Amino acid sequence: MATIASEPATIASEPLSHDPSHARSPRKKWTTERIVFTTLNTTFLVLLAALMIYPLLNTLAISFNNGQDAIRGGIGIWPRVFSLQNYGVVFHMSTLYQAFFMSVLKTVVVVATNLFFTSMLAYALSRNEFIFRRSITLIFVATMYFDAGLIPNYLLIKDLGMLNSFQAYWVPTIISAFNLILLRTYMKSIPEEVIESARLDGAGEFRTWWQIIMPLCKPTLAVIGLFVAVGSWNSWLDTLLYNSNEQWLSTLQYELQKLLSSSMASGMNGAGQAGGAAAAAAGGQVTSPIALRSAITMVAAVPILFVYPFLQKHFVSGLMIGSVKG
Amino acid sequence: MTDATVSTYANAGGPETALPLATSSRASKRKARKIAAKGPKRKITWDRVWAQRALLVMAVPLLLYQILFKYVPAYGWVIAFQHYRPGRGNVWNQQWVGLENFRNLFTGVNGKQFRNVVLNTLGQSLLSLIVGTIGAIVLALLLNEVKNFPFKRVLQNITYMPHFLSWVIVASLAAVALSLPTSGGFINQGLMNLHLIDHPILFLTQPHYFWGIVAGTNLWKELGWNTILYLAAITAIDPTLYEAAEVDGAGRYRKMFNITLPGIRPTIVVLLIINSGWILSTNFELPYFLGNGLVAQRAQTIDVFVLHYGYQLGNYSLAVVAGIFKTIVAIILVGSANLAAKRLNQETLV
Repeated sequence: MATIASEPATIASEPLSHDPSHARSPRKKWTTERIVFTTLNTTFLVLLAALMIYPLLNTLAISFNNGQDAIRGGIGIWPRVFSLQNYGVVFHMSTLYQAFFMSVLKTVVVVATNLFFTSMLAYALSRNEFIFRRSITLIFVATMYFDAGLIPNYLLIKDLGMLNSFQAYWVPTIISAFNLILLRTYMKSIPEEVIESARLDGAGEFRTWWQIIMPLCKPTLAVIGLFVAVGSWNSWLDTLLYNSNEQWLSTLQYELQKLLSSSMASGMNGAGQAGGAAAAAAGGQVTSPIALRSAITMVAAVPILFVYPFLQKHFVSGLMIGSVKG
Repeated sequence: MTDATVSTYANAGGPETALPLATSSRASKRKARKIAAKGPKRKITWDRVWAQRALLVMAVPLLLYQILFKYVPAYGWVIAFQHYRPGRGNVWNQQWVGLENFRNLFTGVNGKQFRNVVLNTLGQSLLSLIVGTIGAIVLALLLNEVKNFPFKRVLQNITYMPHFLSWVIVASLAAVALSLPTSGGFINQGLMNLHLIDHPILFLTQPHYFWGIVAGTNLWKELGWNTILYLAAITAIDPTLYEAAEVDGAGRYRKMFNITLPGIRPTIVVLLIINSGWILSTNFELPYFLGNGLVAQRAQTIDVFVLHYGYQLGNYSLAVVAGIFKTIVAIILVGSANLAAKRLNQETLV
């Protein structure tokens, strides 16, 4: 249990360099071996990091490049002919606007409902005296492995009359068993005395959960919220299955995929840019599919990339909580 | 849980949740009974249930919710035994055909295709798993040798990042990277600049590249993320082991192979076992987005097959049979994986 409280710093930190014995050790001289190894290792890791980030930088550069010029290819990580034209086209596509706000709305609702319901159930299941906690936990854990399948799930949503409605986005996903276990494990690590003192002050279960336990769980809630938000923002299948007939319910990932699949064919067979031209034409302006696709990709990726630096220390600790058995 | 905590709860937790007027007699009765019946076994009595009604209000509706959305859909499995036509109304108003769909899928008209689909699923998953595991271990070992802390942080942040991008975006980036140089295909460009190839290769039109492309794209997306657990395992290794090895004159590689790797072996084993349980359930989006008619023979996985036949062609029954097959195999795999992990006396993850 103690591991749960561990800060992400312990993971990222270097066990050897922080070890005091090394400060004393006379061995840590810059030997030839060490210089050679460090140079090679650093070079390799820098190259790897470059490989990781290059596709994004390249897409960013192309998205800021003049559309017609981009077809010539050979753009690296800096636009050759700078232009905001692609983003102009993207921001004039009303479908994308709508999809963007639908994605935001969906993500907000999914995160809010998830955190509320998951934490409520996790609180109940974390109480040792709760009689049904074992059986209920088991029923939830089993759903991590049991999946009725795509078509049966679709039929259920259809039978419940939730096809082509906003409910189809958030109602089926208000609890994830994995996050439930994560949160319950964390809540169990909170000392019993905290709850007992709340009891003495006359707090009921709901008040204890909402006012005492929830604030103590903030770090874990942040992690779960992050995972849920990323999952919801990135999801695409739910739109395809349940809400693809209603344009106003379309999400950014779904619109992006539609545009990409039309322009992907052209990129693949080299037969020209015909497929994606439809996407370009939709904007009513002259640009090229590759530039437009890059701009849309960036629009879909930017929210994630933007919050990423602020949240990166949380998710490591979150993953660690998940890996520690309760 | 001891009896002490139960009675503590009954005393401290019971009354405050009850309505003020109704509590006193009930609470005192319960208290008396609890003290009287302080046996080793705690029975579920109506009194205990009543005392915990607040917790029940929290849990039971969500339990019913979960059953509705996760277990009830299994009623859809009956259409595996039917000739399902959506136009005929609900699932009970259909033509029953027994095991015909199963025969079609496994041995009949779709047999050859489905065997190929299973092969693709296994091939793509296993290749991704092997490449991903080896890559993550190597990267974790190399990152562990970086002594410059800020530099290490930057490296970690960059390599974790692709994990957060959606598959739509990743597939788009991969498609661009693998296309012709004129479409932004920098992989072809790079290979040509290095004079490894004379003419650009149309990677996404040639079936024999496809498994490799899936594994490579998975590697790009998850490589950094997968190092987190290995790095944590390395941190947990007793530092005195390294010191002792240094006193004995062990070099960098000696320590790597004789201390670090054995030290993270349990983590490697557990992660491999757990991941192998999911082997039929991974890889849906990538083969769906990157796949096309030209590479279908190597691209189509079970999930793609289900979506294609069920959702797009309307052959619900066949898709459900494939889905049932996948779920049952997955449960068997996950079950035996967990069993194997327990046998090896390892902690199971989650």
